Amino acid sequence: MLQVEEELRALLIASLAGSAADYRRFLGRLGSHLRAYYKGKLARSGRTDTEAEDLVQETLMVIHVRRHTYDVTQPVTPWIHAIARYKLIDHFRRTRTAAADVPVEDAGVLVARDDHVAAESSLDVERLLAHLPPKMRNAILSTKVEGLSAAEAAERAGMSETAIKVSVHRGLKTLANLVGGKAR
Amino acid sequence: MKTDELIGLLGASFEREPVGAPWMTRRLALAVAVGATAALCLALAFLGLRPGLTEVRPLLFLAFKFSFAAAVGSLALRYLVRAVRPGGESRVHLGVAALPFLVVAALACVSLLMAPTEHWHGMVSGHTWLECLISIPVIAVVPFAVVTWAVRRFGAPTDLVRAGALVGLSAGAVSALGYSLHCMDDTVPFVAVWYGGTIAMCTLVGALLGPRLLRW
Repeated sequence: MLQVEEELRALLIASLAGSAADYRRFLGRLGSHLRAYYKGKLARSGRTDTEAEDLVQETLMVIHVRRHTYDVTQPVTPWIHAIARYKLIDHFRRTRTAAADVPVEDAGVLVARDDHVAAESSLDVERLLAHLPPKMRNAILSTKVEGLSAAEAAERAGMSETAIKVSVHRGLKTLANLVGGKAR
Repeated sequence: MKTDELIGLLGASFEREPVGAPWMTRRLALAVAVGATAALCLALAFLGLRPGLTEVRPLLFLAFKFSFAAAVGSLALRYLVRAVRPGGESRVHLGVAALPFLVVAALACVSLLMAPTEHWHGMVSGHTWLECLISIPVIAVVPFAVVTWAVRRFGAPTDLVRAGALVGLSAGAVSALGYSLHCMDDTVPFVAVWYGGTIAMCTLVGALLGPRLLRW
């Protein structure tokens, strides 16, 4: 711990005095410390290593741009830790709000996750369908959820094709009322 | 991009000019000085210089108000340059920054105790308490904006509430400095309540706005 502090501090002070070679070495050492820090913190909250690497790079850039905020009379590890922690909290805050605030250019990403969304919303439809009489429920499930044609559904349920169509029509109307009633 | 590539890039974009430690302190001090100048100019332009500055008593009180505001302002600046460094908030002592307030409050108590009770109301509220209550926070907007800009530009505070409070404190102090050129209420309790109160108000507003304004 103390050794790390001394090494990083010497490198940074030499860098601030104008040594580019020491600065590159400082960034290299800093990168591996930051990686260990972020991997540990993110693994605990079930995030990926890619996110940790993104944070490492972001923090390296921030430290590069704001390196003059280091007070050479003070130890360097608390300074680095404060920045790393600030960026971590910032990252958590941003990724939590990302669900409610998706920028336009992320539309492709949303489409790619279509499967997941469908699985989630089907749960809700099933809950709503439970409110319907069995005949309507079966007609909707086989035509709209499983994707059978009206003729195939009629054959399976032992009903006429018209009866299936009517059941689907009435069932959807009832569902719409249920959803609308909830929204109101 | 690989992190090693980034490090190479950052290392290559490293300017060889050495960055000294007082670099940021100087910039923040300059920002507070610009804010103070703006506050003085605003007070003189819109409120005007007080009359009677050829006599001793008004001059003494102007000096008293000036030293109170200057003491608050320099302590605010002293801790502000610490608070804008990452992790520097641990070396910020808001209790010390409150010392000038305590001294003036103690002096106010002494002066009240030496005066008859029926004078107390006049000594505390003076003639222009409302003007003081409005002027100091309104004038403070300009130095607040200047110092906020400087903190965003040069600093990297990690405790945004504390940094915001110190920005508000320094803005309130330099605003009081400007207002004192106009203020004609010459009692210590007036200074303690209305100067102290409005500067404290600016500090509170700064603490509330800090997390929004100072994020980086």
